[in-house]
Amino acid sequence: MTETAALDAAESAPARDGLLRVENLVVDYAGKGFRARKFRALTDINISIGQGETLGLVGESGSGKTTLGRAVLGLAPVSGGKITFEGQDISHATRKQRRILSRDMQVVFQDPYTSLNPALEIGDILAEPLGVQGMEASAAKKRVKELLDQVGLPSDALHRLPREFSGGQRQRVAIARALALSPKLIVCDEPVSALDLSTQARVLDLFLQIQKDTGVSYLFVSHDLDVVRHISHRVAVMYRGEIVEQGPAEVVTRNPEHPYTQRLLLASPVPDPDRQEKRRADRHRLLEEQRQQAEQAGVPA
Amino acid sequence: MTESVETSALTPAPGSPAPGVSGQTGTVVRSTVLRRLFKNPLGIIAIAILTALAVMAVFADALAPFDENFANISKTLAAPDAVNILGTDSSGRDVWSRLLFGAQLTLLSALLCAAVAILIGLPAGLVAGYYAGKFEAVANWIVGILMSLPGLIVLMTIRSAYGPSVWIAMIAFGVLISPSYFRLVRSAVQSVRNELYVDAARVSGLSDLRIITRHIFSVVRAPIIIQTAAITGVAIAIQSALEFLGLGDPAKATWGVMLSEGFKNVYLTPSLLFWPAFAMALAIGSLVLLGNAIRDALEDGEKIKHRRKKAHQAEDAAAASAAKAARKTIAAVDAGTEHHLVKVTNLGVGYPQADGSIKKVVDDVSFHVDRGEILGIVGESGSGKSQTAFSILGLLPDTARIVAGAIQFDGNYTVAPGEDKVNQDRLSKLRGKRISYIPQEPMSNLDPAFTIGYQLVTPMVRVLGISKAEATTRAMKLLADVGIVHPDRTFKAYPHEVSGGMAQRVLIAGAISCEPDLIIADEPTTALDVTVQADVLDLIRDLQRRLGVGVIMVTHNFGVVADLCDRVVVMQNGRLVEEGPVREILRNPKESYTQTLLGSMLEGKEPMTMLVSATAKENAL
Repeated sequence: MTETAALDAAESAPARDGLLRVENLVVDYAGKGFRARKFRALTDINISIGQGETLGLVGESGSGKTTLGRAVLGLAPVSGGKITFEGQDISHATRKQRRILSRDMQVVFQDPYTSLNPALEIGDILAEPLGVQGMEASAAKKRVKELLDQVGLPSDALHRLPREFSGGQRQRVAIARALALSPKLIVCDEPVSALDLSTQARVLDLFLQIQKDTGVSYLFVSHDLDVVRHISHRVAVMYRGEIVEQGPAEVVTRNPEHPYTQRLLLASPVPDPDRQEKRRADRHRLLEEQRQQAEQAGVPA
Repeated sequence: MTESVETSALTPAPGSPAPGVSGQTGTVVRSTVLRRLFKNPLGIIAIAILTALAVMAVFADALAPFDENFANISKTLAAPDAVNILGTDSSGRDVWSRLLFGAQLTLLSALLCAAVAILIGLPAGLVAGYYAGKFEAVANWIVGILMSLPGLIVLMTIRSAYGPSVWIAMIAFGVLISPSYFRLVRSAVQSVRNELYVDAARVSGLSDLRIITRHIFSVVRAPIIIQTAAITGVAIAIQSALEFLGLGDPAKATWGVMLSEGFKNVYLTPSLLFWPAFAMALAIGSLVLLGNAIRDALEDGEKIKHRRKKAHQAEDAAAASAAKAARKTIAAVDAGTEHHLVKVTNLGVGYPQADGSIKKVVDDVSFHVDRGEILGIVGESGSGKSQTAFSILGLLPDTARIVAGAIQFDGNYTVAPGEDKVNQDRLSKLRGKRISYIPQEPMSNLDPAFTIGYQLVTPMVRVLGISKAEATTRAMKLLADVGIVHPDRTFKAYPHEVSGGMAQRVLIAGAISCEPDLIIADEPTTALDVTVQADVLDLIRDLQRRLGVGVIMVTHNFGVVADLCDRVVVMQNGRLVEEGPVREILRNPKESYTQTLLGSMLEGKEPMTMLVSATAKENAL
């Protein structure tokens, strides 16, 4: 796996210096109860993200894709391996280091309903990261106005509460909060999964526009291959805590090599009855082939 | 995409259309906590009494005609007169004056008790809830010890050690009762500790102290206020109990001391017992009522009262009897429509609001489903698609009203024109037997306390009237039918022992177990992984062909529609936008809304390009 990762890294386009590198990362969660067995959420993960690049992370629920994002952010325990950001080892960064790091690394979560404190006004939510970095109130206010403008929200949103906004608007607020400190990397954990189709399209546009304007990099986690294909330069596929395939978005999402990615690709339905019928037939054929291969290999399907 | 909460109408869309406009109308009307508190008569009474008591306590020096211990030996146990308006006690002290000074001391010391309890319980609860780990373990031990101590005996011991000071007693009681705050705060904090906004604050580099004060404290504020009202009442009662037993400071006037004094003279002047008891009852009672009123005011889901005047009752009764008569002779459906399995005609569904208006969530929706046909209802969240499906199932919340239209199933009305509720008598005969339901969240629709087998067998025994053994064989066959490899193992399993995809298969098995004519599937694959979704769609298609049932497929996913459906209904804001055969709608949509929706699909789009902004400059979501 490391070999292909290195190969792909060599041929992918933007910035070679690598903003974020994850090497041989292992994450274990303590089991519940006394002397319980540890649960290994991530095994030997190797990824890197360059300046202005988007790495899409796709996989099913429980595959560890969210955990990887959280480990990068320092929200999951790193039990082995190394995470480096701009050459600095951040695998076990202290809260103080994190505070400095938060200028460069931010997050947008999946659920826009629980990622904003319901008791705070939008203005206060957006000013929070600015205040942590010691920005003065008047300057912070000005920056918050800019942010609202950048994500296409009206400036009267300042004094309103999260519950007064729709899901898409809340996600815009969450994106604005992530942008507040002009970070270099934003970890996006399923940021469009909870949104309606048309809202999803607008929010994806916003992500692309922001990248174009600011040159930010994304670690974009999603279960939806179509979303990942649309927004990523490179794609890594996760399955059961491991990265099974990694490469340029076009290759991985259109002609995947790993059996799981192949299954994933053909499982996603297309919005046309006849093409979908063909895809369904392809899928059944693929499943049959993989079953036979598994049988030949002597592994029960 | 959690469609199920649509009913709560929690999305006041910015710039909702004015009433009278078609589609979803009316806004969600809310009132603030304080206003709700003041609307509650019990709340007002409690606040008024407590304010009066507080005023009496604060201005005791000015209001009392005598000093609390001024004794007029020549006038003991006197009846009320112009000088001593409530009479005097056995030492000739003025009861009214002592009552006022007693209020001062009693209320203040009770507040002190609550303050001590909060000072200990709140920070400890916050820290234990937020950090968990060792501190929580130790704190739980201490709480256990404190709670197992017999309070009154501890207080008596303290009295004998430190003297009869009411202050010391109340500080001690505050410590003893602090676990109630600790537990309250800890559980409130635990519930938000892993909320994403707390994570976001961590990523922003906020210190733990800032996170706790800014993001977590707001959650515990309200419960603490309610708890304080209750604790203050308890403190008054405990303090008075101690003093009643004669453990109080006889040099200080408190209600408890007065009570004790009154009890000694109960045969001579019973009113001496009455006044302090009355004051205590007032104070404790209003504190409890205030706590209840605050809780009611905070609780979501205002009760919408039906204000009916007596004059209207006759009318209502007449209308009810007319409806009853109508129920006996269900109106016949329009001729020529009997062959439709389901026909929905001009359906409107609404929710009455606090101000008497009705918020419409479904407006003028008409469609039909024939036997052996799969109809897709597509729309975004809040489009009313689930509400439409639930009105066919008769599973709308109690507060919902059918404001217009009719629903017929197999040639009979389930909702006849003019009825404002789904007729449960008629529907309960159909639901589970001829109409069944596949929900969105498989896990939350299986009861974790029973095995899957039990949950499959019980409805069959009830609905089909077959024996348990027969139902068991049938359930095994059904599980095999829905593609479960080891039916016997799954039959014995509890819901938490199977995966989400497996649980959905079980629910599908349940849905077809009583051989229905119509299956309503509400986003049956939304909660599943894409690969599992494909399997479940295969299963639904296969079963539908084999059994020839009609299916209503509620979904937001055009891929699912393309995979399964024969015809499609597109909904937006509670209205039906477009209807037609699946190929027609997906390939040549006529309405701009359908075009926008299909245009938002990512499949076949050039990656890294703008999806909507390039064509339409819309910022509003």
